[in-house]
Amino acid sequence: MRRNQVAVVGAAETTKLGVIPDMSQIQLHADAALNALADAGLKLSDIDGIATAVETPQQLAHYLGITPTWVDGTSVGGCSFMLHVRHAAAAIEAGLCKTVLITHAESGKSMIGKLPRSIPADSLQGQFEAPFGVYGPPSMFPIPVLRYMRTYGITHEQIAMVSVVQREWAAKNPRAMMKDPITVEDVLNSRMIAYPFRILQCCLVTDGGGALILTSADRAKDFPQKPVYILGTGESVETPMVSQMETFNSSRAFKVAGPTAFREAGIAHKDVDHLMIYDAFAHLPLFGLGDLGFMPHEETGKFIADRKTAIGGKLPMNTNGGGLSYMHSGMYGMYALQESVRQMRGIAPAQVPGAKISVCHGVGGMFAASGTIIFTNER
Amino acid sequence: MIRERLQMAAPSRALPVPTPETQHFWDGTQSGELRLQRCDDCSNVYFPPRPFCPSCASRKVSVFKASGKGKLYSYVINHRPAAPGFTPPYAIAVVELDEGPRMMSNILDCPQTPEALVLDMKLEVAFEKVSDKITLSQFRPAKG
Repeated sequence: MRRNQVAVVGAAETTKLGVIPDMSQIQLHADAALNALADAGLKLSDIDGIATAVETPQQLAHYLGITPTWVDGTSVGGCSFMLHVRHAAAAIEAGLCKTVLITHAESGKSMIGKLPRSIPADSLQGQFEAPFGVYGPPSMFPIPVLRYMRTYGITHEQIAMVSVVQREWAAKNPRAMMKDPITVEDVLNSRMIAYPFRILQCCLVTDGGGALILTSADRAKDFPQKPVYILGTGESVETPMVSQMETFNSSRAFKVAGPTAFREAGIAHKDVDHLMIYDAFAHLPLFGLGDLGFMPHEETGKFIADRKTAIGGKLPMNTNGGGLSYMHSGMYGMYALQESVRQMRGIAPAQVPGAKISVCHGVGGMFAASGTIIFTNER
Repeated sequence: MIRERLQMAAPSRALPVPTPETQHFWDGTQSGELRLQRCDDCSNVYFPPRPFCPSCASRKVSVFKASGKGKLYSYVINHRPAAPGFTPPYAIAVVELDEGPRMMSNILDCPQTPEALVLDMKLEVAFEKVSDKITLSQFRPAKG
């Protein structure tokens, strides 16, 4: 994909984030979409392409009254929206559509108008994982952690710093769900969920959503907001079964998506001013730093413990507070993208001064899928 | 609430339902054998079951009885939320078989603690009958 041919011209989250008991899931999609349209100065009739996950594109088109000529219902978990951005950029460049709306919303906490996710008993997951007591992401996603720690010499205290640093970022974000400072001791003494992880190392469960609007970079200058260009993109999938990953020392999907995006963008790691790594659980930023090539895996724990990703650090990461402290409605990738766009517009509550390149890396399922988008505010 | 209805509908342990491609595995556990598949063309040993080799795409594959020996690759000790039919805390482990493939398992006959569950500890297969039709392949610390 060519660099900087497509731009984000509209971006918004739902009016409220957190606990929203007065709105169904599809209405949260609409709320985010209408906010993004207002942000871009567009009408619904201007949208000719739509993409969404969990809810289907047909549900979204019907509910919003849109007649699209391009649709994408890629639903590979929380990074689906990174893949939507990549696919939408390609579609816009190919002339399949002009203006794409991407939405995410989940009534993850209030469970209003939300279909339950279930694993069929005759699927491979149903046969070879479900019988052993896995029950939702907290029981599955951390399974690789102990092996990763052993292989690379990472300590419990180092991983605890992920939560501590991100809470510091969250404190600067008025819309963050959790803002009170925490210490390593707080993390390591919080309620055990699935050893080695405790409650402060697991993402929040909230309601909310977000939406993005993309169009060609040539048109982007006519929009009210500062355009944020798509510099590079990558995607991949590995396996829906965490037990069947090639290795617990790395994520194959990360190792494909991340470097693909860097190659497409034509940038080096030292060029990155701002980084988002989807943190459904506290080990993901470590896997991401290593698999995206920022440093060897052996150094990821120390890098975070040494506050290199914290406020004032050389690589500001998860500056909204992340899924651990900002919000997590079920598919957090959209919120990571929103924060990258805010940083590139220069309007983030915890703005990184002068940031020009933002890398936004997402995970889907339990290391099942991955998408990476690299943004810039310079064309 | 949907969530509560779901929990009421599934109070007992999740049990597998075999498919034509996996039937040999579940027949094996019923008769006290851990069965894997090997590619006749490239010798790749793989799991979970498929009637072709995921390495070279050959359809010439054979089922064989595995050694049942392996080691503890990684695990969590799940405290909450607990799956229906499980009493926390319980370990959800991934075992690396001597033949190469990995599979999920619980660790039987062992305290469910970080002190007792040591990475790379030797394990052996154990068969746990969970219904008239289904016996699960499980693992426990190897004897001797």
